[in-house]
This record gives sequence, C-alpha cells and structure tokens, in this order.
Amino acid sequence: MALVPTLPKHLHGPSIWALYALGFVPAASAFYLGATGQLPGNAIKEFEHLLGLWALRFLIATLTITPVRDLFGVNWIRYRRALGLLAFYYVLMHFLAYMLLDQMLRFPAILADIARRPFITIGMAALVLLIPLALTSNNWSIRRLGPRWNKLHKLVYVIAAAGALHFAMSVKVVGPEPMLYIALVTLLLSWRTVRTRFLRWKRQRSAIARPIPATEKAAG
Amino acid sequence: MPSYRAPRIDASEITPERCFLDRRGFMAAAAGGLILGSATAGHAAALKASTGAYKVDEPLTPEKDVTSYNNFYEFGTGKGDPAANSASFKPEPWKVKVNGLVSKPREFGLEELLAFPLEERVYRMRCVEAWSMVIPWIGFPLAALLDEVEPLGSAKYVAFETVIRPDEMPGQSGYFQPLEWPYREGLRLDEARHPLTILSVGVYGKTLPNQNGAPVRLVVPWKYGFKGIKSIVRISLTETPPPCTWNLTAPDEYGFYANVNPAVDHPRWSQATEIRVGEGGFFGSNRRDTLPFNGYAEEVASLYAGMDLRANF
Repeated sequence: MALVPTLPKHLHGPSIWALYALGFVPAASAFYLGATGQLPGNAIKEFEHLLGLWALRFLIATLTITPVRDLFGVNWIRYRRALGLLAFYYVLMHFLAYMLLDQMLRFPAILADIARRPFITIGMAALVLLIPLALTSNNWSIRRLGPRWNKLHKLVYVIAAAGALHFAMSVKVVGPEPMLYIALVTLLLSWRTVRTRFLRWKRQRSAIARPIPATEKAAG
Repeated sequence: MPSYRAPRIDASEITPERCFLDRRGFMAAAAGGLILGSATAGHAAALKASTGAYKVDEPLTPEKDVTSYNNFYEFGTGKGDPAANSASFKPEPWKVKVNGLVSKPREFGLEELLAFPLEERVYRMRCVEAWSMVIPWIGFPLAALLDEVEPLGSAKYVAFETVIRPDEMPGQSGYFQPLEWPYREGLRLDEARHPLTILSVGVYGKTLPNQNGAPVRLVVPWKYGFKGIKSIVRISLTETPPPCTWNLTAPDEYGFYANVNPAVDHPRWSQATEIRVGEGGFFGSNRRDTLPFNGYAEEVASLYAGMDLRANF
C-alpha cells in the first residue's frame, strides 16, 4: 500500500532528469538576478549564501530517502544519486562564488581563511570529502567497489553534519534557520542509529501478520 | 580633514536620485515588471539640511540599497527584514530622555531634535560583516545635544538605548529573540563629543525610514556599523563603561570600541577587506581594502593615542 501514487516505469528516467533541471533553477535564477544587478544589497554574499543553503537542502533531501522508505514504504531511491550530486554541485558553486566573486582570487586571503577560520575549514573539509562521493556516483563504481561503496558513501553523514555546523558557525546569531537545519540533520543521522532495530521489529511484525520471509536488503 | 571638505553645493544636487529612480523604472520595465524587493523609503518626508563639511569623495551607495539592506534585529535578522517588517512602526511622536551625570536632564521631542541645525554628511559605513556603503546622512553633532544637558565632570561615557516595542517590532516578540532588549550601545565621552559623531534624523534628503532607525539614530563613521544604535529613546551619561549589546552577546568577537581596523580580524572572518555594496550586482560591487578607522584616522586616531588597539578592539 503506497502513500503516493506509483510513477509509471517509463517516466522514471525522465523524472530524474527533471529533478536535475529543477535542481539547478535556484542557482541559475539567482545568477541571472545577480549578474543583472537585481539581487538586493550585497549581491555576492546573497548569491553565495543561497548556494550554500541549497547545498544543505539537497544534502538533507539525500538523507531523507532512506527514512522515508523505512517509515512510509515509499521508495525514491532512484532520486538519491541526483540529489547527492546536486548537493555536490551546489557546494562546488558555493565555493567558486566565494573564490571568484567574493574573494576575487585573493589566494593568500582564501588560504588564510581556510586555515584559520574553523567554520571555513569545516566547510572546505566537507567539499573535499564530497569529491570521492561525486566521483563514485555511477553504476560502474558501485559494481566495481561492491560493499566498499556503501562504506565510502557513509561519509555523507559526516558531510551533512559539517554542512549544518558550517552554516551555524557562519552567522552572527544562531537563529531559527540554522537551528532548523541542525535539528533536521541531527534527526536524520539519529535515524541511522535506530534503523536496524526498527527494521528488525518491522520484519518480525509483518512475519507474524503474513508468514512470508522478508528478503529486502537494506542499503545505507 | 582636507579630503572631506565639500564644494558648496545643495544637498539635493549631491544625490542624483532621479537617475536612480529612472534606472529602477527602466529595469522594472526591462524585466517585464519582475523586480525583487521594491523597497521604498516608507513614510519618509523631505528634510532640509545644509551641506556639511564632511563628504567622502566616493560614489554614493544607491538609496535602494541603503534602505533595503539593513541590520536591525528588532525587525528580524535577515537583511531584508527591517524594510519588510517595519511598516507598522510609529516613529512619531517620539521622545529621547537624556539623563545620568548631567546638570540639566531633560527630554527632547522629535521637533526639538529636528530644530538643531541639520547638516548633510556623506560618510562611509563599514559593517562588521565586511561590507560597506557610502551614505548621505542628515543630522547634527551629538556634541550639540550634550551641550544642552551639560555633562558633569564625573561623566566619562555615554550610554544609548533603543526603544522596546514588541507590538511594532516583530524581532522583539516570538519564540526566538536574537538579542537581549533593549539594544544598547556606548561611547567614551570624548568619542561622543567628536565632531564626526552625529545623531542622524534623515538620509538621502528625507527623514529616516523605519528600517534605518527612525526617527533618530547614532552615526559614528570610524566604528563598525553596529555601534550606530537605532531608534534611540535614552541617552545617559555614566562614569563607568556602559554595557553594549554585541559586546555582551559575544565579548571575544565584538569589543567596546569596535573601531574599524583592518589589522584586527573578527575571529570568524578577516576585516582586511570589504565589499562595497552597490547596484551593478556581481561585477559592480567590488572588494576593496578596509582603511584604519574607516578612512577617518586623520580625525580620530589621536583619541586612541598610546592604546593597544589589538587589546581594545
């Protein structure tokens, strides 16, 4: 029994491409507004901030796929790679905006920021950690790496935590918005610690209800 | 002070405001009416002022940016919040109580404040967040007001307080309170009496919009913007350093003095450079070196002679 109507199979591929296209809309529209002088006030910072925020949103969306499947039986795993890659592209654009538009390639300042300012160090670490995940986000790597792929991609937990922390540490006062992101990431990561127990309980319950052996294999 | 001496021209001529308005109209038309945040000056009324002696010789930050990109946490922590959430704030009638170590404590009504000889001053404004503007304020030297109340010899500091009105200031009500109210700031008496220090009652030829601190705010151009306390209701002279909101909130990040200083970084970001906010988006705004005392060293550095500015940040 699905909570949402099932998407016809022939639309699975196109729906993923639609997600990529939609995913780039915030960046593209903000870039257009910024480049044409229509972003209010400090246009560069607004753009930088927007890219960072969407990176965090896509990371959170990536982490939501598994709990949604566990709890509601809705399987959106086909979108997870797109969401993860969108998160990576947004982190990359966030960094490029900082490096090119904000700091205008003042490398001594950039290096000093990365080395000396904990929130920038953390953000930079998250970007670096995302690179191997982005590079292995393809079927060939999954086949090639086997079980090591799952292990490697658990790094996303560290990255999401770093992202939320980076946001909270960058603001003058930790207000409701960074709090919300910290809460969401905490919740999603906590789910991973109780997940195995929950799935066992769910399996046992359904085994009692209808004695058919459960064969579902759970992945990260 | 030579670099700030202005040629004798009318306040209305300094600001090619029609050009900005024209441009805005053109942009709006070009974008098919699609334009973000058409923030206007609200209830601002025209205000007469003479041209002051202090005028930075740099292009003015467009009025649109000055009145739509603000830090005024009483109306919310977002830069656009003050313009968006301050419509119901009532800057009139208004009274400022001046008391403490003075021989003639009294209240000043808004009309009395507007009766001081008003001048236009074009100052740089450097926010602690490493962005800056060039703003044509209208106001009068704080020293003129202090003269009226006659500070006692024991007075060493001046304390300021912002109004508390949770009904009109959404940032002061609700679950999340970013700061402790009232917002408070302070200056040393000699800083307060410095000719550059003004109480501002207007900007861009008009009374202050609510989001800019209506009806009266402090402007201390050589200090970070947060020292420029807005919507002031109380000014007290004290013997001891008064509590300052940001200093209380994060003492390691915001000092009492908060003088603009490119050599002393904020713990979380560099203060060596700044982005000049302006129209022109990504390629019009530019990053420039921050100047010691925000470019006013010649006028104010002597106030801090012999002080360790790293310790007294």
